[in-house]
Amino acid sequence: MKFIKNFFERTEPLVQKGGKYHWLQSVHDGFFTFLYTPKTTSKTGTHIHDYIDLKRTMSIVVLSVVPALLFGMYNVGVQHFKAIGELAATGFFEIFLFGLIKVLPIVIVSYAVGLGIEFVFAQLRGHEIQEGFLVSGMLIPLIMPVNTPLWMIAVATAFAVVLGKEVFGGTGMNIWNPALVARAFLFFAYPAQMSGESVWIALKDTDKVIDGFSGATPMANAAAGNLNYSVADAFFGFIPGSIGETSTLAILIGAVLLIITGIGSWKIMVSTIAGGAVMGLILNAVSGSAGLSPEVATYFSMPFWHHLILGGFMFGAIFMATDPVSASQTEKGKWIYGFLIGILAIIFRVINPAFPEGMMLAILLMNTFAPTIDHYVVASHVKRRTKRAKVSA
Amino acid sequence: MSEVIKLRKGLNIKLKGSAEKALEKLPVPATVALKPTDFPGLTPKLSVKVDAEVKAGDALFYDKYHPEILYTAPLGGKVVSINRGERRKILEVVISTDEKVGSAEFTKADPSGLSAEEVKEQILKSGLWPFIKKRPYGIVASPEEQPKDIYISTFDTAPLAPDYNFVMDGQLDTFQTGVNALAKLTEGKVNLGVQAGSAFSSVKNAVINTFDGPHPAGNVGIQIANTNPINKGEVVWTINVQDVLFIGRLFETGKVDFTRTVAIAGSEVKAPKYVQTVLGAPIKDLVGGKLVETDYNKRIISGNVLTGEKVSEKCFLGYYDSLVSVIPEGDEYEFLGWADPGFSKFSATKTYFGKLFPKKEYTMNANIHGGERAFVLSNQYEKLVPMDILPVYLLKAILVNDIDKMENFGIYEVIEEDFALCEYACTSKIEVQKILREGINTMIKELG
Repeated sequence: MKFIKNFFERTEPLVQKGGKYHWLQSVHDGFFTFLYTPKTTSKTGTHIHDYIDLKRTMSIVVLSVVPALLFGMYNVGVQHFKAIGELAATGFFEIFLFGLIKVLPIVIVSYAVGLGIEFVFAQLRGHEIQEGFLVSGMLIPLIMPVNTPLWMIAVATAFAVVLGKEVFGGTGMNIWNPALVARAFLFFAYPAQMSGESVWIALKDTDKVIDGFSGATPMANAAAGNLNYSVADAFFGFIPGSIGETSTLAILIGAVLLIITGIGSWKIMVSTIAGGAVMGLILNAVSGSAGLSPEVATYFSMPFWHHLILGGFMFGAIFMATDPVSASQTEKGKWIYGFLIGILAIIFRVINPAFPEGMMLAILLMNTFAPTIDHYVVASHVKRRTKRAKVSA
Repeated sequence: MSEVIKLRKGLNIKLKGSAEKALEKLPVPATVALKPTDFPGLTPKLSVKVDAEVKAGDALFYDKYHPEILYTAPLGGKVVSINRGERRKILEVVISTDEKVGSAEFTKADPSGLSAEEVKEQILKSGLWPFIKKRPYGIVASPEEQPKDIYISTFDTAPLAPDYNFVMDGQLDTFQTGVNALAKLTEGKVNLGVQAGSAFSSVKNAVINTFDGPHPAGNVGIQIANTNPINKGEVVWTINVQDVLFIGRLFETGKVDFTRTVAIAGSEVKAPKYVQTVLGAPIKDLVGGKLVETDYNKRIISGNVLTGEKVSEKCFLGYYDSLVSVIPEGDEYEFLGWADPGFSKFSATKTYFGKLFPKKEYTMNANIHGGERAFVLSNQYEKLVPMDILPVYLLKAILVNDIDKMENFGIYEVIEEDFALCEYACTSKIEVQKILREGINTMIKELG
């Protein structure tokens, strides 16, 4: 291992300002610090520092997404073989391998494009490569339908990194969750390729779909007044959907890791789920009102907790809403922020016929309003403080 | 007050090598020094020249803007050098000690029988005034100001901190005299922050506030905020426990006696314990021969590992310090440090397995373990500051230089030590204490 360190130390002068390869400085630094925690010691302030850094933080988030990723790969295989009627005859590894071959290129494209842009920006700005994209690069593939063409993934990732993050100043400065920016970009730019029945199931041209199979997601069916999913399938994730969003169980495993380590805010997770449940209950309550078409009434009457295990709700609540940069920063604000995401997601999902799923837009919308929520929370804090001054004066 | 104020926010950092309760009396040091750099914002004017003979308690320099505040020699002897830095800034005034020179004479009297003016004048003349600091800002108090109260914390919760109950053993009467003198200086009360069962609970002429909780519960700023917080326009004075003894001795004997007990602690000290020495003693005298022999670099810190100053053996003990900490420098690369499961790594977060062993003591070095980033995570700082304050918002207000916001977010209530844990725990490795001091300097410059 020593030769790696020696190599990086020896090449360091070459990439410094004025060196032959100075334009590689951020890349050199990026790889070096990835492999070796720097030897920098504290110059001012505290002499000891916590072992936590952004690399550790981000790698924990990536780790927490892994169950959803692995299950997503498996489910891609499951849905494929189900469609061609060979599920029962296919072994576990073959199913997984099929999914792996489908999903891995998407992950690679997302990372290659995103990190490439990060490297360029870091070099242009003359700062270190920031770790934020390690997470975004993993989240982007997981919220895409498996049939999204790779070039679309590339374009969406580039759009998200440049306009969703770098224009604001990089990791820590962005307003919206970069992964959701990528998804929203595709959703609005290529609506035809992003919806319908065929995008969720990976099929070759030669594959013959068995009679009666529909690739539609339970959400799309529910919007048409057709509640034909099994609750167990929805919870474990054997339903069509974006790659990583289908298994509530896999997502909850990740949630446990995020909550134990304290990296993800449990307040946001809980309040988002509470918001979704409350809105589901409200819809249940009004489902009997006159004037509703039968389809809408059926959807309204869907048991409220089914909303939590269908579609992207749970994935959004655990991995997207909790992005510390684009979420509310204050503790009280987090409750409000999460709760409103839950409410809005269900409203968009059920009441607006243009959108089969509402989580993405709900989170992006609340990202936009998070600073406003914080503003009022902070204002009330300051008000309390000034009041204290007046009382004692 | 018998009620215990329980603080929940904060973090105890358990470092290896806390001082054993044993006291070694060191011989009188050959040189001692006073460092104007120990006093933030001070513009020193010299009262002596090189080769001048000074008694203990004679002025070495004074404050240009408060000429009545004198900084006096800890021991008698001859001024041997005045070390200067860039732009002729005075760094150290070094005295070669000589026991025969002796000490300046002051009034020996029970402070309870003196007027406030007499007490104040005696403290100013003898050079004990700079031990009294003021909040806001944590700088030397202005004698003409009227403090709302005076606060003394009698325990320190910082890593490796000395136990003042041990240090104070047998000197409680002198401490009482010091408290009596301080009580004259305020129309309010002297407030002592104590832990349950502490000997300090028996001190008279003072309000006793009992605290329980992790660091920074022992910080005087936290104790003020949880009993009688500072509002705009108010001033509170603070003083360290051992420095109250200096005042007590002055009134009891009529002479200055800057004898101070210092803990020598840390993972790189062979047998961590307490030593009795004098203010401004050379670091070499304190740690010489006491450190573990190693093939890696060590860092010596005057003060604790959160707020202290990096020193070398050539330096002198800091004016306000009762602790010298020695830890590994840690100027080495670590292979895939971020991926280590971390059974031996302590973290404020629960991202390393070290968290599973809460009672373990850790060796920590001065490596910052990462690179500086923008603020990313939220609620990291808030969990470590037991005050009604939003640390990140205050720091951001300082970064954009917005004085109104700094005021609203509570800059009058905090100094560096209160936010030091935030800097320790910060994922983004932000230099919190430096930012805060810049904000305080701005406030002093703009509002006086």
